[in-house]
Amino acid sequence: MDWSALSVSLRLAGFTCLILIPLSLWLGRALAYARFRGKGLCEALVALPLVLPPTVLGFYLLMSFGRDAPVGSFWAELTGRGLNFTFTGILLASLIANLPFAIQPIQRAFEHVPHNLREAAWCSGLSPWQTLLRIELPLVWPGIMSAAALTFAHTLGEFGVILMVGGAIDGETRTLAIAIYDRVQAFDEQGAAQMSALLLLVSFITLGLVYGLAGRRRWVRG
Amino acid sequence: MGLRVAVDQTGPIPLAAEFVCQPGELLALVGPSGSGKTTLLRTIAGLYRPQGGRVECAGEVWFDAERKHSLPPQRRQVGMVFQDYALFPHLTAAQNIQLPLRHLPQPQRSEQAEQWLAKVRLEGLGERYPNALSGGQRQRVALARALARDPKVLLLDEPFSAVDQVTRRRLQRELALLRQQIDIPIVLVTHDLEEAAALADQICVLHNGASLQQDAPESLFKRPASPLVARLLDRHNLFEGVVVDADGKRRLQWGEHYLEVADGLDNLPLGEKVTWYLPPSDIVLHRRGRPSHGERENPIVATVSELVVLGGITSVSLSVNHGDMLRFDIATHAARRNQLTSGAVVKVSLLAAGIYLLPGHRVRADAHDKRK
Repeated sequence: MDWSALSVSLRLAGFTCLILIPLSLWLGRALAYARFRGKGLCEALVALPLVLPPTVLGFYLLMSFGRDAPVGSFWAELTGRGLNFTFTGILLASLIANLPFAIQPIQRAFEHVPHNLREAAWCSGLSPWQTLLRIELPLVWPGIMSAAALTFAHTLGEFGVILMVGGAIDGETRTLAIAIYDRVQAFDEQGAAQMSALLLLVSFITLGLVYGLAGRRRWVRG
Repeated sequence: MGLRVAVDQTGPIPLAAEFVCQPGELLALVGPSGSGKTTLLRTIAGLYRPQGGRVECAGEVWFDAERKHSLPPQRRQVGMVFQDYALFPHLTAAQNIQLPLRHLPQPQRSEQAEQWLAKVRLEGLGERYPNALSGGQRQRVALARALARDPKVLLLDEPFSAVDQVTRRRLQRELALLRQQIDIPIVLVTHDLEEAAALADQICVLHNGASLQQDAPESLFKRPASPLVARLLDRHNLFEGVVVDADGKRRLQWGEHYLEVADGLDNLPLGEKVTWYLPPSDIVLHRRGRPSHGERENPIVATVSELVVLGGITSVSLSVNHGDMLRFDIATHAARRNQLTSGAVVKVSLLAAGIYLLPGHRVRADAHDKRK
C-alpha cells in the first residue's frame, strides 16, 4: 500500500475543493445572473475540460508551465521554482481540469433561484451580502455540495492530466491513480487491487456523505 | 404627504405616468398587460430605475432623476407583495415574517411574527414551510411579511391572481378589513376592473406606459376622460353627436333624436361635433303599459338586437334607428317581466344627468394612438 500516494491524492483533492469552490461560487453566480456578450464563449471555455482528452489538456498545461512559457516563467520569477513536476503544478492543473465540475452545478443552482426572491429580500431590508448569505446560499447549497463532491471525487480519479504535468514523483506528484498504474506496470497485481479498492471506498464514502448531507432538508420537495 | 410618483422615459419601456396616493388610501393601477403597471410598482420599490422622474413618499424623496438621487430598495421601507408571493422556500412562515425584523432582538422578533400570523389568521401555521401552505395562506404570509417591516407604502402586485375565485373573494374581503388598521398609501396593481372598483379609493388608468386618468371609481366609470379610457374600462355607449338649437334650446342631436343634456352643452358652440358617453345605469327601460320613472326624459324607441343572460343579470343590446347600439344590464326577472325578446321594440329613456360630453375628443380619434 502506497500511503504517500494516498496522502498526495487527498491533499490534492482537498486543496482543489478549497480553492475552486469559493471561486466557482463567484463565477457560477456571475454566469447565472449576468447577461453579456460572449457569455456563451465563457461557458464553452469552462466546459472544455469535460470533452477534451486529459492528455490534450495535460499537454497544453505542460507546455505553458515550462520555464520559457509565460505562466511558468512568471511563477519561477515569483517563487524561484518551476511548475512542472511539482505539487503546485498538479494542483494548478487540477483546478483547471475541474472547472466544469465545480462551476456548472453551482451555476445551475443559482439559475434556479427565482429572481424575485432576491428582490423580496432587498425589500425586506437585506443588503446584497445578507441576501447572499441568508437567502441565496441556503438555496444553492445542494449545488455547492454536488460541485464539491464531483470535484473531490474527480480529482481523486484524475490520471492523464496529472501524469502529463506531474510525472510520478514519490510524495510530490504520484497520486493514488498513478500509483495503481505503476503497480500494474510492475506486475504487482495485489498492490494495485488494494489501492483500487481503497480509491473505490474513499470515492463512494465522499459522494455518499455529500449527497446524504445535501438531501437532508425538510423544505425540499419535488 | 402620501406617495407622489412621476415617471418619464422614452425607452426601453416607454413611460409617462403620474399619480398620487394619500395615506390610508388604496390606489389601483389598472391597464392591459404591457401597460407598465408592474414597472411603475417596481419603480416605487427601487427595483427599477427609470430615466426620468421623481418618487416621493411620506415627505422623503426616494428617487429624483434630475439630482441623480435614488435610494436602494433596502432604504425605502416599502412593503411589497409579489405576484407569486416570493416567499423564501427554506424558511418557515414565521421565519419569513421575521426576516424584515432583524433590527429587533430575537424574542421580540418571534413575538411580532406571532402577532402578524394572528392578524392574517394563520395562528399555528408558523412552523410550516411555504410548500406546505395553500395559495391563500401563502398570500397571507407574503402580506404579513410586507407589513411586518412597518412600511411607509404597501405595494401589491396582482396579489389575487394566483388563487382560485373563492379564495380571491375571501382575501379581497380580508384586505378591505386590514386596510382599516393601516394608515399608509396602498398601491394595487391589477388588470381586474371589478377588483379595482371594489377595493380602490382611486383608480389610475394606464395604457402603453402612460397614465390617462386618475379618479375615484364612481366618477371614473361615469366620466371617462377620453374614449380610450372608456374603452380600457370596458365602457360601451360611446357615441357621436352634434350641438344644435331646437326650439330655442340647446340640444344634442343624435341621429334623429334631440337629446336633453343636464351639463356642459351650453358652453359648446352650435354645430360642434362631440363624443358623449352614457353610463348603462342611466338608461331606463320603460315598463309596458305602466308609467316609469323619468319617462319623459329623452325617450328613445329601439329594437332589441341581443340578449345575453348571465345568471341573475341580463345584458341587453338595443339597436337605435341610425345604427348605434345602446348597452345596459337589467335583472333577469325584469327582462322576463317586460317580455324582452330579440327583435322586440322597446322604449327607453336616456337620463339627461347621465349624459357626459367628453372634453375635446372625437370617437376613435385616438383608437390606435401609439405613443411616439
